[in-house]
Amino acid sequence: MTAASPIYAESHATPGISQGEVKDYIALLKPRVMFLVVFTALVGMVVTPSHVHPVIAFASLLMIAVGAGASGCLNMWWDADIDAIMTRTAKRPIPAGRIAPGEALAFGLTLSVGSVLVLGLVSNWLAAGLLAFTIFFYAVVYSMWLKRATPQNIVIGGLAGALPPVVAQAAVTGSVGIESLILCAVIFIWTPPHFWALALLKSGDYARAGIPMMPNVAGPDSTRRQILAYTIVLAPLGLAPVALGFGGLAYAVVSTIGGLGMLALAVQVFRLREGEPAFRVPQQLFGFSILYLFLLFATLLAEHGFGLLRPVFGSH
Amino acid sequence: MAGPNLPQLTPEDIKRRRKRSMAIALALGVMVALFYAVTIAKLGPQVLNRPL
Repeated sequence: MTAASPIYAESHATPGISQGEVKDYIALLKPRVMFLVVFTALVGMVVTPSHVHPVIAFASLLMIAVGAGASGCLNMWWDADIDAIMTRTAKRPIPAGRIAPGEALAFGLTLSVGSVLVLGLVSNWLAAGLLAFTIFFYAVVYSMWLKRATPQNIVIGGLAGALPPVVAQAAVTGSVGIESLILCAVIFIWTPPHFWALALLKSGDYARAGIPMMPNVAGPDSTRRQILAYTIVLAPLGLAPVALGFGGLAYAVVSTIGGLGMLALAVQVFRLREGEPAFRVPQQLFGFSILYLFLLFATLLAEHGFGLLRPVFGSH
Repeated sequence: MAGPNLPQLTPEDIKRRRKRSMAIALALGVMVALFYAVTIAKLGPQVLNRPL
């Protein structure tokens, strides 16, 4: 991180006075990622066979969201130099010169420590420890180390995005069960085909920023092959909740159709390497992968949250 | 009020600072309400059932 890098936008700030607006601080927390984290964590809670006071559940979810936002803020602080180079991220508050790197660092650290402590006090220290690990993994292991070091960055780093259901289950039960571990595995295996589809489209951006994404290091052909390989694992893994009894009939249908859709698109990405389809199909896979994961989790939420669970194999 | 060694704030600086202060106040208010609600939830109804 080069805080005084000349690539940052020139600031006309009064020296020593913050130029950040409230919306800039909110942007530092990556609200869309926070929403995804809250959503997957909520599903991690509802699939858990346990009863917890709604206030405790709400407070735990809030702290998991704040912890996720804090790790996003620390990520933006560390990556401000490369964010300034990439078109997708150049308008973020730090590279745009609206928030000083030191402000973002202090904001991220305060929220990290605060969210972990409050989660520990509200629920239990296993959940707090898992949240602390998630923040550390995203901010330090992924952002500071893996992202600029290896094309496996988003594979290993994907664990940080996959852990919220585990943290949530720990918050409501005090332990980690098979349900949240399966959800964690689904998100973990989903991450590479999702991000590599985007990386195929944005490889120029990543190359300019010097980030060793898979298409830049191993080449587009190898990336397409690996997207297909991960999707072949993902489609049946998406059905694991059905086999374990916490995914019902509706989930089985959604997961089967969604998994086949993912497979069909991954095969197309693998086959079509020339001309306009070489860009269009990865774009479709990227969009569909978001819908696929959302539908899997939304169906679980509906089945458990609204009593719609109809087990496929016996009773749960 | 800016002293001789303090930076002179522009009207935009003051406006932004006021909005930030309001956001901090709101966040603190939410935290107070959250801590109160969690305390009551953790104590549970049995807190009223004690020997006099």
